[in-house]
Amino acid sequence: MRYDVPLIVKVLAIVGFGILYIPVMIMMIYSFNSGKLVAVWAGFSTKWYRELWTDDILLSALYKSLLIGMSSATISTFFGLLIAIAFVRFSAFRARLTLSLVASAPLVMPEAVTGLSMLLLFIAMETTFGWPSGRGVDTIMIAHATFGMCFAAVVIQTRLRDMDRYLEEAARDLGERQPFVFMSITLPLIFPSIIAAWLLSFTLSFDDLVIASFVSGPGSSTLPIVIFSKIRLGVSPEINAIATLMILTISGMVLAGSMLILKRDSRGKKN
Amino acid sequence: MAPFISIKNISKKYGNFSAVDNVSFNLQKGELFSLLGPSGCGKTTLLRILAGFEVSNTGSFEIDGHDMDNVDPADRPVNIMFQHYALFPHMSVFNNISYGLRRTSLPKSEIKSRVEELLELVRLSGMSERKPKTLSGGQKQRVALARALARRPKLLLLDEPLAALDKKLRSDTQFEICKIQEQLGTTFIVVTHDQEEAMTLSTRIGVMNEGKLIQLGTPKEIYEQPQTSFVADFVGEISFLEAVVKENKNTHWLMQAAVPIYVSSDSNFNVGQKVKLALRPEKISLTSRPTGNINEFKVDILDFAFYGAGTQYRVIGPEGVKLKLYQSHNQPSKANSPMLKTGFVNFSPEAIIVLES
Repeated sequence: MRYDVPLIVKVLAIVGFGILYIPVMIMMIYSFNSGKLVAVWAGFSTKWYRELWTDDILLSALYKSLLIGMSSATISTFFGLLIAIAFVRFSAFRARLTLSLVASAPLVMPEAVTGLSMLLLFIAMETTFGWPSGRGVDTIMIAHATFGMCFAAVVIQTRLRDMDRYLEEAARDLGERQPFVFMSITLPLIFPSIIAAWLLSFTLSFDDLVIASFVSGPGSSTLPIVIFSKIRLGVSPEINAIATLMILTISGMVLAGSMLILKRDSRGKKN
Repeated sequence: MAPFISIKNISKKYGNFSAVDNVSFNLQKGELFSLLGPSGCGKTTLLRILAGFEVSNTGSFEIDGHDMDNVDPADRPVNIMFQHYALFPHMSVFNNISYGLRRTSLPKSEIKSRVEELLELVRLSGMSERKPKTLSGGQKQRVALARALARRPKLLLLDEPLAALDKKLRSDTQFEICKIQEQLGTTFIVVTHDQEEAMTLSTRIGVMNEGKLIQLGTPKEIYEQPQTSFVADFVGEISFLEAVVKENKNTHWLMQAAVPIYVSSDSNFNVGQKVKLALRPEKISLTSRPTGNINEFKVDILDFAFYGAGTQYRVIGPEGVKLKLYQSHNQPSKANSPMLKTGFVNFSPEAIIVLES
């Protein structure tokens, strides 16, 4: 059925998406600017990308951000899966309300609060057990995994709830035992949500500035921290270049993830 | 002979609610037994207890002399075909059917030949690489049946096996299930709320209501000699008449409903006892003129519905007695004229079922 979209809807859509994406596009274009000034076009060049390649501080920050993002996303997804199973499969247990509050609070908690409380925890732990000694990559990883877990749990729960619970019973009836029922039936069916949860936690970690600034230590600055400190000295086209790369990396990963999910789904999601 | 399947005093309570209330019955090997009842009568709960997914509060369940109480669902010689089939959507037909076999120590070649055999049995040869999503409802149903039969269970449970199919497909599938059951000799328990399905499929039927097994018998017994008005009403169409026992006239009992009715019954009644008389629609004849039968009275025709092979009428007699009756079209037209406004009904004393009031 054809449906004529009213003009006002078209205009609002164009303005809305324009506000979202035009600045990003301008930034991407200016990353190819040959001049030193950010806002004056002086000709096409890829020299900022080359310069980026030799900037050890940025490169090491990028490496740390990727490392922290991937490991914290993996931890988040694992624990998020456990939380999701607890909520969906066990309808009544004593700590259900408590757990649901505890698991959803970080979704709405101001990041500065999360960051500060994490910092206080790490300091208290250090004085009590002597670990973690100082703040660094490991403390950022723990902090990111902690709040990423809550997002992962939400994503996985939705899919798990949609799954036909009789499928697991059918598998048990046919001679399979836990945990193999989970491995052969449940996991393949909720796999798209696990990818989505991992990507979401990775993205949250990769672009987090607030929490990371609280729990990072000397020499463990992540990419957003480095970029933010560089901006204070004035925006250089180098920042445009690294930002462009970040956008491309993240959208590439999201695209790959969605394609993987679509491909699996088209192979048969519902019977 | 010891029963093959023995179910004794099984009860299941959820809080104060009795889902299954002291149910006992025995089955012989190779029976096709139906549990019939309205939704919420506990038949599905009973099925889940037999499969091992629910634990009963009391009672025992034995197969071939082995107690199943502490046996994990994975180890029971029982398989279940779920109402919505529960086919694994991420696996091919072959992998669905072989799922249970791959959990045994059978060699691969044996698994393959068994799956081929099953596919042939359910007429799905050549479909083994298809995904469940690409199958029609009837095909899914047959894959589910094949998967449930793959481990050669001693007892197969079928939860509303035909409910998800359309009417035409349903009757074909009914006969197919019967055929497969006869061929394999497996004992089947079918749970259904559809009395027609239960009638045509089963060797015996157990009628359940509110967690209790009310009557157990062959389809003919259930239909012709229902023991309670619930069974009479639930299985097939029926009309009820309230009556009082008047006197015993040698071979017949005279009972007073709105009109005097002669009943032939072996049971003993006390004069003055209140009873409920039940009449199947096809046992009542409708004529335009009196025929002189022993039980006959004049009625007004309220409405009728044409069913192809026959017509169903609703009529109202003296003192507002309402009856449903069914006239087959093979009888040379007596009263089957739609123009008819009044007529006479008659029925033989043997056709009347007497129930406790």
